[in-house]
Amino acid sequence: MSRGAGNRAPLALVAVAGIVVSLLLLPLVYLVIRVASGGRALEVLGESSTWRLVWNTLILAVGVVVAAVAVGAPLAWLVTRTDLPARRLWATAGALPLVIPSYVAAFCLLGFFGNRGLLADALGVDGVPELEGYWGSLAALTLATYPYVFLLTQSALRNLDPSLEEAARGLGATGWRTAIRVIAPAIRSAVGLGALLAALYTLSDFGVVSLMNYDTLTRAIYVQYKSLFDRAPAATLALLLVALTAVALVLEYRARRRGRGYRTGPGTPRRPSIVRLGRWTVPAVAFCAAVVGLFLALPAGVLAYWLTRGIASERSLAVPWSEALNSVTASGLAATAAVAAAIPVAVLALRYPSRASRTLERLSYAGNALPGLVIALSLVFFAARYASPVYQSLGLLVFAYVVRFFPQGLSGVESALEGVNPRYEEAARGLGRGPLRTMASVTAPLARSGVLAGAALVFLSAMKELPATLLLRPIGFETLATEIWSLTQVGAYSRAAVPALALIVVSAPVLYLVSFDRRLESGSSG
Amino acid sequence: MKATTLVIALLAAVAAGCGSGSNDTLTVYSGREEELVAPLFEKFTDATGIDVEVRYGDSAELAATIAEEGEHSPADLFFAQDPGSLGSVESQLAELPASTLELVEAQFRDADGRWVGTSGRSRVIAYDTEALTEDEVPDSVLDLTDPTWKGKVGVAPTNASFQAFVTAMRLSAGEDATRQWLVDMKANQVREYEKNTPIVEAVAAGEIELGLVNHYYLYLVRQEQPDATVENHFLRSGDPGALVSAAGAGVLASSDQAEDAERFVAFLLSDEGQRFYVDEAEEAEYPLVEGIEAKAGLPPLADLHGPDVDLSRFGAEHEATIELLRETGYLT
Repeated sequence: MSRGAGNRAPLALVAVAGIVVSLLLLPLVYLVIRVASGGRALEVLGESSTWRLVWNTLILAVGVVVAAVAVGAPLAWLVTRTDLPARRLWATAGALPLVIPSYVAAFCLLGFFGNRGLLADALGVDGVPELEGYWGSLAALTLATYPYVFLLTQSALRNLDPSLEEAARGLGATGWRTAIRVIAPAIRSAVGLGALLAALYTLSDFGVVSLMNYDTLTRAIYVQYKSLFDRAPAATLALLLVALTAVALVLEYRARRRGRGYRTGPGTPRRPSIVRLGRWTVPAVAFCAAVVGLFLALPAGVLAYWLTRGIASERSLAVPWSEALNSVTASGLAATAAVAAAIPVAVLALRYPSRASRTLERLSYAGNALPGLVIALSLVFFAARYASPVYQSLGLLVFAYVVRFFPQGLSGVESALEGVNPRYEEAARGLGRGPLRTMASVTAPLARSGVLAGAALVFLSAMKELPATLLLRPIGFETLATEIWSLTQVGAYSRAAVPALALIVVSAPVLYLVSFDRRLESGSSG
Repeated sequence: MKATTLVIALLAAVAAGCGSGSNDTLTVYSGREEELVAPLFEKFTDATGIDVEVRYGDSAELAATIAEEGEHSPADLFFAQDPGSLGSVESQLAELPASTLELVEAQFRDADGRWVGTSGRSRVIAYDTEALTEDEVPDSVLDLTDPTWKGKVGVAPTNASFQAFVTAMRLSAGEDATRQWLVDMKANQVREYEKNTPIVEAVAAGEIELGLVNHYYLYLVRQEQPDATVENHFLRSGDPGALVSAAGAGVLASSDQAEDAERFVAFLLSDEGQRFYVDEAEEAEYPLVEGIEAKAGLPPLADLHGPDVDLSRFGAEHEATIELLRETGYLT
């Protein structure tokens, strides 16, 4: 922790990171303007219904975080560190739900369970319980968020220096004890980061809770905005979300501070040691099958069913090529911009740690739990008034994506930097290289896969983004997400299945960047 | 350096995306679904040569957008699903020419002439034809608090069309009667859905027997499930549940193409624009201009008599409706 603390951060780095973070905070400025504009801003805080919403939101966020960790972390360990049969298959299938938009997942769960669901249809029985409300939201949001925990943990496990485990074993610890005593602390920061992303996702989600009919702060913000006149109460509720974000950030920071392990060995990781599952093989496979069955096969199956029904009804089911291209363009730009913006913030926070640099980094998360609608309207407010040439341009849409998904890019860059031992950088500096050249020649190659993973996370989120896309896209700029939206608006599920499946197919290859990174490298280095 | 080239290419791409919105194109914000109204815009361009750019979205969200944009709004015209959304941005709309307004009966347009209804829709009770005959379906929403219907009725409290119905009930039956009805419905275990389409689907599936919806959702659900066992029941004249409302359009006061925008509104009310709902549109809304009959199978608009309420007050009344729905536990 103390390493580099004596160094003063270059002024240019501080300036760039400062500009990035101030831009990310624009939605908060907007909310403060709205709250200050009067109306019933403060009354809202005195209403008991508001605190019930806070409670509902909290228990959903906690539930999702617990479920996401309970699913994601063991799965990551199983596919990286055990002799689980068909590990690569489970690793791929386990990450795939990340490409399914959570509102599509909610539609699929609703379409599968309940009396009018496919399950009741297929079995020819009544009385299949519905999956809605709290439990329905929990299921759909777990589906959408456990991959964050899974992928981050998986990459931490791959990056973990095997010499630590070998040392533990050499000292006589069993495989299980090693797992618990050495691995668990070392992956704590990755799991914590995954949990944070899951929590922020849950706080900001509207699609799932609205379809599942569960009242949260975000849903109330939407309803309040639609009550059309007084926008102050919505702004107050949104600031409450920011307060919840602050709590999540503090918790995550504490978890992170306790465990951090730099690799001490050579830069290229060695193949990790493998735990034999033995008689635990069957339960382990059953666990993986249950996760993949519920979170991947079920939604994919429902979409496929809708698709076949659409084909049978002989309606036109054109492949949405131009929508796919637009989605990829906007998301690709967003991924690049988010990672580029994250680098100065991450470098400042990790290589020049100080209270100020840490605070700046934490501040960049502040707006992240805000619903897409709030972020969109805040950018409408500023851009229409003060930057009309960029209003409703692709550039502004990309900027909105960066504001929404910055922490995902940051998480990739930070975990990459954490995996690089600063001693290498110090050595390079000691040999007379400047900070930028050190970054380029020493840090960048070692950090590459983590940075790519961060970019991929942003890309996948931007592909799925709907509320900000609807309001900020250039006119006529249709994406796969807006296409799904416009078809489900009129109940045309069989046709909506086409862009939904297209979204999944187009996004899936990008997962390769997140989940296969280290295997490629370790494969090539023998 | 490669990275520099990439960054420059990206910036160029972003800049290229910035230059949208040419001056002679009409910009429409449409809260009406693309799936339903896109052909109307094409017809307009064919008829007038005026190009149209359409931003599709949710009516209320687009209203909020127009409000945030203020006088900088790039929109020339707001084409919305409901009088409430139009009413909420009334201060940003310009008065329409009398010749356009007069095409539509006074009950379907703004009292100050800032928006005009372009198609009509009636509230109905959608019922499960497997469980009920039409005679058994109540003629008034007030009867739905009867224990017979316990747990068998569906509503969509977050949906603008349900909220408009509640506004109509407040304005016709009064605040207290409406509150009581809402409380009694809650006590009668009314089931809540996200919007109209899932309600009609739930009725068709026998999950509930009755649903409070707009009449045209039936036709949308039939697109997807041709043999759905669900029908519409139109309610007794004057019943709050028989509200006949309108989708409509208004021209932004900040528009620099007000003339073209007015032409578009006139087109929506022209023979071609109105016949669209009869001859082409799948969802069978009511044309509002006199002399154009609704799609076969629908009761004539002239026979539908909702409660005596002024649609142009719906925007201003919306907040009180939301408040009442919140008090009674339908919204939080």
